[in-house]
Amino acid sequence: MTTITADQIIAWIERYSIRIAEQKEFLTKLDSDIGDADHGANMHRGFQAVLVKKAELQGKDIGALLKIVAMTLISTVGGAAGALYGTFFLQASSVTTGKTELTPGEFLLLLEKGLAGIVLRGKAAIGDKTMVDALHPAVKACRRAIGANEPLDQALAQAVAAAEAGLQSTIPLMARRGRASYLGERSANHQDPGATSTFLLFQCAAETLTTNH
Amino acid sequence: MKKLINSPENVVLESISGLGAAFPDLVKVHFNPNYIVRADAPVQGKVGIVSGGGSGHEPMHGGFVGKGMLDAACPGAVFTSPTPDQMHEATKAVNGGKGVLHIVKNYTGDVMNFEMAADLARAEGAEVEAVVIDDDVAVKDSLYTAGRRGVGTTVLAEKIVGAAAEQGCTLKEAAALCHKVNAQGRSMGMALTSCVVPHVGKPTFDLPEDEMEIGIGIHGEPGRQRMKLKSADEITEMLLTPILEDLPFQNGDNVLLFVNSMGGTPGVELFIVYRKAHEILTNRGIKVSRSFVGPYITSLEMAGASITLLKLDDQLTKLWDEPVHTPALRWGV
Repeated sequence: MTTITADQIIAWIERYSIRIAEQKEFLTKLDSDIGDADHGANMHRGFQAVLVKKAELQGKDIGALLKIVAMTLISTVGGAAGALYGTFFLQASSVTTGKTELTPGEFLLLLEKGLAGIVLRGKAAIGDKTMVDALHPAVKACRRAIGANEPLDQALAQAVAAAEAGLQSTIPLMARRGRASYLGERSANHQDPGATSTFLLFQCAAETLTTNH
Repeated sequence: MKKLINSPENVVLESISGLGAAFPDLVKVHFNPNYIVRADAPVQGKVGIVSGGGSGHEPMHGGFVGKGMLDAACPGAVFTSPTPDQMHEATKAVNGGKGVLHIVKNYTGDVMNFEMAADLARAEGAEVEAVVIDDDVAVKDSLYTAGRRGVGTTVLAEKIVGAAAEQGCTLKEAAALCHKVNAQGRSMGMALTSCVVPHVGKPTFDLPEDEMEIGIGIHGEPGRQRMKLKSADEITEMLLTPILEDLPFQNGDNVLLFVNSMGGTPGVELFIVYRKAHEILTNRGIKVSRSFVGPYITSLEMAGASITLLKLDDQLTKLWDEPVHTPALRWGV
C-alpha cells in the first residue's frame, strides 16, 4: 500500500508556500473585490515564515512538523486566515503525533480533523461562501475514494476536482460569514479568496504526496 | 500612490517604535510579539483592559493605552487582526491579579484570534472575559452575516470601561459595563475616497469623483450603497437617521455625539457635520450632553466621516468625564 512520508508532507507544505507566493497578487485581487485586500499578503507572510523553518521540520515526525507549521501560521498570518489555517494544521498534527508515515486512511483522518477544527472555529457551513465550500467537498471525495480502496493519486485527483468545483460554486453565492458578508448581495459574482487558497492546498497535495522526493 | 513610508513590510513596526519613543512616560512597546502596554503595567489590584486589531486605524488602539483607558493594545498588520500570541502575552503583561477584559471589535478574524488567546490565557489559570463590540447600523444583523461590525463605540467603550477599571471595579463589572456601552452605542460611516493599503499600493476600491459610499466599514470594505455625492447636511442626515431609528434614540434622551474622521477628512469639515448632527438631535428633543470630534478611529487616508451616538446615563457620563492620560486622549490630569 502507498504511504505518505514525512518528507512528502514537507514537500507539500513547501510546494504550497511557493504556490501562495506565485498566487499572492491574485488572492489579494479576489479579496479586494469582496473583502479587505489582504488574503494574499497574509498567507504569503505566514508561509514564508514556514519556509524559513524548513530545516527545523526535517527529521521530525509528521505530528511534530505539522505543529510547527500550525504555530508559525497562528503567530504570523493574523486575520481569520491565520486562525483557520492554523487550526487546520494544529488539528492535523493532533492525529499524526509520532508518525513518520501515513496510510491513506491516516491521511484521511488528518483531513477530517482539520475540517472539523475549521468548522468549529469559523462556524461556517457549505454555501456560506468560505473556504469550507472547497474544503468540505475535497475531504468528502477523499473519504469516498479512500474508503473504496482507490489508489491515493486517484483519491487526490478527485479531491482537487471536488475542491475546484466547490471553488467555482462560491462565485454566484452571497457571503454569509466573514468580511464579505457585510456586502450582502454585492458579494455575489465573485470567487471566494479563502476557497481559492484551499483549492491550491489540495492541488499541491496532489502534486507532492504521490511522488517520491 | 504616494506614501510616507520606508517599506510596506516595516510600517507597523516603525510606527509603534515611534509611538514608544514619543511617549516613554505613558507606554512601553514590546516587540515580537508586538504589543503596547502602560508604562506602569501591570497595575496591581486593577482589572486589565486589553484591546487590539489591525493597524491603520490610529490612534486606535495604541494611542489609547495609558491611565484611565487601555492597559494594553495589540496591533496587527494593516487591516489584519493581531495574532493570539500577541494578545496572550499582552494579557499576561497587564494582569494585576483581578483578571483581564478583552474588548474585541466584531470582525471574523479579530473574534477568532481573541478567542484563541483567551483559551491560551485561561489554560494558564488567568481570568479572562471578552466583550465584542458590534455597533455599525450599516450592516444587517442576521444569522446570515458575520453580524454588525465594531466601529466608533469601541473608542467610547475603551474610555468608559478604562475609567471604571481605574476606580477598582471587578472583572465582571467591567464586562457588564462594556456590554452596556455596546448596547447603547450606534454608528454609521461614509467614504468620499478609498484608502490605500501600504502593501497593495493602490486604492482598495474605485470611487468616481462625483460619488460616495454610504455605510462604509473601517477597512475599505464597500458599504451599503454607492450614490451621487450630496451636501454635508444631506450626508449627515443619511448617517444619523438610521442610527436614531435603530436604538431607537428618543425625545428626552441624553447622548454623547461623536463625529469621527476616517483619516483624510479635515477638522474644518468634521465640524460642519457636527453642526448639522447637533441641529437634528436638538430638533428631536435629544440632548447632546457630551461631544467628541476628531480622527479617533480611522481608515488610513480615507476621506469620509462616521457618526456615533451613545445614550448616556449618570454612570456613563461620570465615567466619560474621569481623567484619562494616553498619547491620543488626555483630560482631567
